Amino acid sequence: MVSKTAIRLEADRLFTLFQAAGAQPVDADILLPAETLLDLYGEDIRARAYVTHDPVRGEMMLRPDFTVPVVQAHMQGGADPARYCYMGEVFRAQDHLADVSGARPPEYLQVGFEVFDRTAPEAADAEVFALIAGALDGLPLRAVTGDMGILLAAVQGLATTPARKAALLRHIWRPQRFLALLNRFAARSPAPPARVALLDRLARGDIAAQIADAAPMIGLRSAAEIAARAQALLQDAKTPPIPAQEAELLTSLLALAAPCDAALSQLQMMAQHMPSLDGATRRFAQRLIALRARGIDTARLPFEASLGRASMEYYDGFVFAFTGGADLPPYASGGRYDALTQVLGGGRSIPAVGGVIRPHLVAALRGAL
Amino acid sequence: MEQTFDWFGARGLAMRQSGEAREYAGAVSGMDGLELVLLSAGEIPRELAAGRIHIGVTGSDLLRDKLAEWQMQAQELAPMGFGHADLILAVPAVWIDVETIDDLDATAAAFRAAHGFRLRIATKYHRLVREYLTAQGVADYQLVDSQGATEGTVKNGTAEAIADITSSGETLRANHLKVLQDAVIHQSQATLYASLRADWAGLDGARAALLAKLGL
Repeated sequence: MVSKTAIRLEADRLFTLFQAAGAQPVDADILLPAETLLDLYGEDIRARAYVTHDPVRGEMMLRPDFTVPVVQAHMQGGADPARYCYMGEVFRAQDHLADVSGARPPEYLQVGFEVFDRTAPEAADAEVFALIAGALDGLPLRAVTGDMGILLAAVQGLATTPARKAALLRHIWRPQRFLALLNRFAARSPAPPARVALLDRLARGDIAAQIADAAPMIGLRSAAEIAARAQALLQDAKTPPIPAQEAELLTSLLALAAPCDAALSQLQMMAQHMPSLDGATRRFAQRLIALRARGIDTARLPFEASLGRASMEYYDGFVFAFTGGADLPPYASGGRYDALTQVLGGGRSIPAVGGVIRPHLVAALRGAL
Repeated sequence: MEQTFDWFGARGLAMRQSGEAREYAGAVSGMDGLELVLLSAGEIPRELAAGRIHIGVTGSDLLRDKLAEWQMQAQELAPMGFGHADLILAVPAVWIDVETIDDLDATAAAFRAAHGFRLRIATKYHRLVREYLTAQGVADYQLVDSQGATEGTVKNGTAEAIADITSSGETLRANHLKVLQDAVIHQSQATLYASLRADWAGLDGARAALLAKLGL
């Protein structure tokens, strides 16, 4: 097991490197109000974070990551553009008894770098990636990149109703449910018997009368909300399926995994059949130019369209990870989270991209080399 | 407790409460070297995990909810055939548009958009319910703790749906709730467990003899 001193030294080295790259060091509280984090991340974070109770402040959480407090601080009056870096402990409850490797401690250091810049998002993406790649130079790690923006654009361009697009977009981070929905909307799988029976019943008579007859009204969900969804279900049942060719194109896009340059050629071909991909493909090409300008070999850098789908929900553009082993968490990871700044900014937003390195993993790897 | 005593009695191990009926001390006959400890079912998982008891009887719902990675802490020796109850999800019966987990998920999205907070599900089985909903890909919900009278939370305005143990369904109906058709989270029954954390040194023979006596 690597010593705390070695981990701290590695963290200091990375923190110094990030400051030298022009980032302003910032700090954040360790004890954070739980409400914002729970609202943002949902129940998954409750299972993984340490939640405690303060008699005055209510539910509090030990900092599960820096992104949220750093974005909050920036949105309350940071410079524009701004570059921040931070170093500190984060806390994640580990529900696994079998962690003998020590790779997933409940308390570990994170060193991170975040860029808030409106001028050239693709250049900022490349800046963050190249900085982290440089910090990890010489280590036997595999870098992989992705782009949630391409997937989001593909779904938005489907020839179907706004309701179906919204349902697909909402589940883009839950691949299994996404696929089930896509299959149903494209009529590749039959509607479940329970849904068929429900539609039959709803179609039989007046919705308001059915609600009134069903049972006494209880709870916050109003009769109007129930009726609205019942009508939406009936409406949806009449919606023609997503064309088979589009569904197939989306499925092959999700499976796209190739070196970046080759992936760009494939995306350009797909965009000919799916014009909604044009903008995202152009941004992807721009990013590759910016990455090459920073010395990254995009002919070899892996691209996986589905990267980022299984991680935190807030990434909505470029994503990346540096991995060392199948059973280990990534040594470094990050991505673009423009939408998050809007959620936390109370209406205002700013394009943002960042990444973190986990010094305990890096120090352990250096010790083993 | 009586059904547990009956189960062991039918296998040649007579158990009884010692002293007067209200005293939580027990005695067992039919085999030497056994000590009977009477604990509430809710405490058995913790005692098994701590290794303070070698063998325990409790509901599989309680054990799986209270212990992380329960398979690494306790071994299931035998389902005992009583104490059957299903952990289910229930919503107001007036929700005519909701029959399945799929409907609940879509409703959660609309509810969050309309009310500004995540749809609340009241339960005391946090681990089992959260793992189930995660596996099903449900989003936009939150669990709220309810240690009793969970069926009343919807009417009282503290939750939109519940996840609870039900054996008959009558309490649900009386509280104007209905069960989601496809959402049986766990089918529980009284179960005999062996601790994987207890010190079994020198007890291999005793364990084998006990299991043989129980026909396991």
